[in-house]
Amino acid sequence: MNALQEKARELLATKTVRVVIGYGPGSGGQARALFVREAAQARELIFDETCLQNLAVYLMKPDVRQLGKAALVARPATLRTLLQLAAENQLEENSLLALVPGADGVLSLSTFSALEAQVASQDNELSVAEKSELEKFAAMGLDARREFWQEQFSRCLKCYACRAACPLCYCTRCTVECNQPQWIPVPAHDLGNLEWNVMRAMHLAGRCTNCGDCSRACPVGIPLYLLNQKLILDVSANFNSRSGMTAKADHSLSTFKPDDPEDFIK
Amino acid sequence: MKGMETDKRSIQREALAELMAQWCSEGKRVLAPKRSGGKVDFDRVTSLSEVSFDHVQTVQSPKSAVFPRVEELFSFRSTDGRVEIRERNLDTLPETVVFGLRPCDAAAFAALEAIFNWDGPDRLFSARRARTTLVTVACSRADEFCFCTSVGGGPGAVTGSDILLTDLGQGGFLAEIASAKGRELLSAAGSLFGPAGDADKESRLAKLPAVFPPDAVAAALAGLFAEPAFWEEQSRRCVGCGACAYVCPTCACFDIQDEGGATGKRLRCWDSCGFGLFTLHTSGHNPRPLQSQRWRQRLMHKFSYMPERQGVLGCVGCGRCARACPVDMNILEHIRAIAEARP
Amino acid sequence: MNANDVFKPFLMRIERVIEEAPDVRTLRLEFQNEDQGRGFSFRTGQFGEYSVFGEGECTFCIASSPTRQGYIECTFRKAGRVTSALAALEKDEIIGFRGPYGNVFPIDEWQGKNLLFIAGGIALPPMRSVIWNILDLRDRYRDVTIVYGARTVADLVYKRELREWAGRDDVKLVTTVDPGGETPEWQGEIGFVPAVLDRLAPASHDTVAVVCGPPVMIKFTFPVLARLGFAPEDIYTTLENRMKCGVGKCGRCNTGKYFVCKDGPVFTFAQLQEMPQEY
Repeated sequence: MNALQEKARELLATKTVRVVIGYGPGSGGQARALFVREAAQARELIFDETCLQNLAVYLMKPDVRQLGKAALVARPATLRTLLQLAAENQLEENSLLALVPGADGVLSLSTFSALEAQVASQDNELSVAEKSELEKFAAMGLDARREFWQEQFSRCLKCYACRAACPLCYCTRCTVECNQPQWIPVPAHDLGNLEWNVMRAMHLAGRCTNCGDCSRACPVGIPLYLLNQKLILDVSANFNSRSGMTAKADHSLSTFKPDDPEDFIK
Repeated sequence: MKGMETDKRSIQREALAELMAQWCSEGKRVLAPKRSGGKVDFDRVTSLSEVSFDHVQTVQSPKSAVFPRVEELFSFRSTDGRVEIRERNLDTLPETVVFGLRPCDAAAFAALEAIFNWDGPDRLFSARRARTTLVTVACSRADEFCFCTSVGGGPGAVTGSDILLTDLGQGGFLAEIASAKGRELLSAAGSLFGPAGDADKESRLAKLPAVFPPDAVAAALAGLFAEPAFWEEQSRRCVGCGACAYVCPTCACFDIQDEGGATGKRLRCWDSCGFGLFTLHTSGHNPRPLQSQRWRQRLMHKFSYMPERQGVLGCVGCGRCARACPVDMNILEHIRAIAEARP
Repeated sequence: MNANDVFKPFLMRIERVIEEAPDVRTLRLEFQNEDQGRGFSFRTGQFGEYSVFGEGECTFCIASSPTRQGYIECTFRKAGRVTSALAALEKDEIIGFRGPYGNVFPIDEWQGKNLLFIAGGIALPPMRSVIWNILDLRDRYRDVTIVYGARTVADLVYKRELREWAGRDDVKLVTTVDPGGETPEWQGEIGFVPAVLDRLAPASHDTVAVVCGPPVMIKFTFPVLARLGFAPEDIYTTLENRMKCGVGKCGRCNTGKYFVCKDGPVFTFAQLQEMPQEY
């Protein structure tokens, strides 16, 4: 048993938690979410480069919540997500154990300050590759970018896999499902797709923790991460704030500060 | 239709290209698998050179040829207390050739027909279906998500296709003419086809042994409905999106939406039983409030309700739902578990 | 239904708007095209899809009786997008109607029997169709008892008709409101429908019961009826699943292998016991 498996076994055997949400082997050599509820099953847990899903998404699902207290295997983006959920009053302190596998064993974090310290110690910046892709994209010019997104969104099926895979899309009734008035057209035509994707990106502005699950979830391969990463940089540049760094509320797009930049008002 | 006699011919790749050019010049819409950005999907093509042959399966099914993700049912004009309804002009619907779909996809059209025309025809669907010809390419490869042979199909199965092509190597294809529509295509371009020869089709096909009998699944499901723990265990990682339903060649649930205000359109668009709000009443009551119940509905519908009510299995084993699922809900694995759970 | 396209609605003119209760209205609808009206027929228990063009469609039973020809009526509570739009319409405006859909109350089989109707709140409309249907053929049936309850006196629908039924000597009407829902003038019962039914203890012999109401009322009414000796096959109800197409295609109303729009909306309690509880 490796350290993660041993930790999970112990947590379940001592009934410290009722479920360990981690990764197990899946189809096609990929990992998949694994819900370990018996100590003996802990040996099925894996943690390697195939383990990409942001498992925090399950904390918001009623089918999973009913299992009882959980421990969650957390990657760096997952930890940021937990702090963002805390900042949005969706996660109670000490209601969850975040398990962070590392070279020196498995960290087990439950207080917000421990989560904040861990996040502060990890690299939360966009990678060089991510930044350079965004720069290339910005250099394309407005018309080319519009054309690019029109083509991308024309393929959107409105299957809402992006929303379902996103731990921060936890609304029980999404804007697209509010019909008095019907803010966003339901059908997956050009207008409906544009409004849906732009609305979702804006609702995640200042909140997205760049886990990348929306893009990985999209069956037709729309690079949604480009929108989210651009907004992360814009929010950071304009409001000097990064989502997922603290458990205290600091919602860039819903908080007014007297010194907020106003140069967008023309 | 099993064992139906097909008229066997051969066609060379160059002739096939000419045939496709002929369809296009006749104004037909040709939809075929096309590779773009690392994914292969059906798209409009005008030349055989655009068509992908080396993929196992496309992301989406060809169902949008007959059931588009959004379509207008009719338009209306409401002015001064008068309402005028304008029906769709069905003559403007395109003559369509779906080229390069797989035998499982061709079989799926029977399931769509069973749903849309059950207990009364669906006018738009039927009109599109009548204008659609299926020129299938048999599978030389399968992947771990394929299971057509477990649900009555096969990598070289003819059922549902108008023409089935099997790549015989060296630029030659076996062409099995399997329907009246197929014979029409043949007679319009007879010179492009040659005699079939004695090529061995079977040796060119993917080897895919069946892994479960569908009857056992239906029988097991009958006893499993009232076992919530079984379904919770199966569906725990399902996040409740519609990817599986939208890429599925037989899923046909739809929504009806009005747009455009008083001078607008009534639209039909794809919907999915996997969405939490699909069955939600205005009162707030929801007959299927849990994802496990919605997952159960998906499998029961395909493997139990459809065979009983519409006389056709709701799954053709294409594996698309499993490939598209963001959380690796592998339907084959779940169906096998169901078949094995038989009391 | 429209012969060549199941989705194309009939155009109906609102002939009358009747305020029934807070946010509850009845619309009397006449066919704009008289030939369509003459060719239209339905049976009690059936439903339709009503539409406000530009807003969408919603599903209600036909609340009038087939014995009253020349019009149909629907009664609805203003709740969602379409019902809000419907509630904003006035006399002479045009709406769409598709139908009739679904199965029927087998009133021919009920001839010579006693009939017990039990309804709650906004669920009286489907029953009002069958009540008027059998009252218009009164000599074919024996005792007719109606138990109807609502949360408050104001929430009782069809008040004019309730008075008419109360005044008839061939109908026994019992009305009730939930505790706290009464007014000083209230003459009826106070209590939940199942409890009132229990006190009333109607005879089950040779009697058919029809129950329509919110899920919680139905849940507690069935055991009372069972105690009174009603066989499950003699208890009828209607299911109100969400629907879009109404014709067995859109997949929304599936309850197990059944389509509420095709196999229902009328089911016996015996049938419900065989069905998965997805309603």
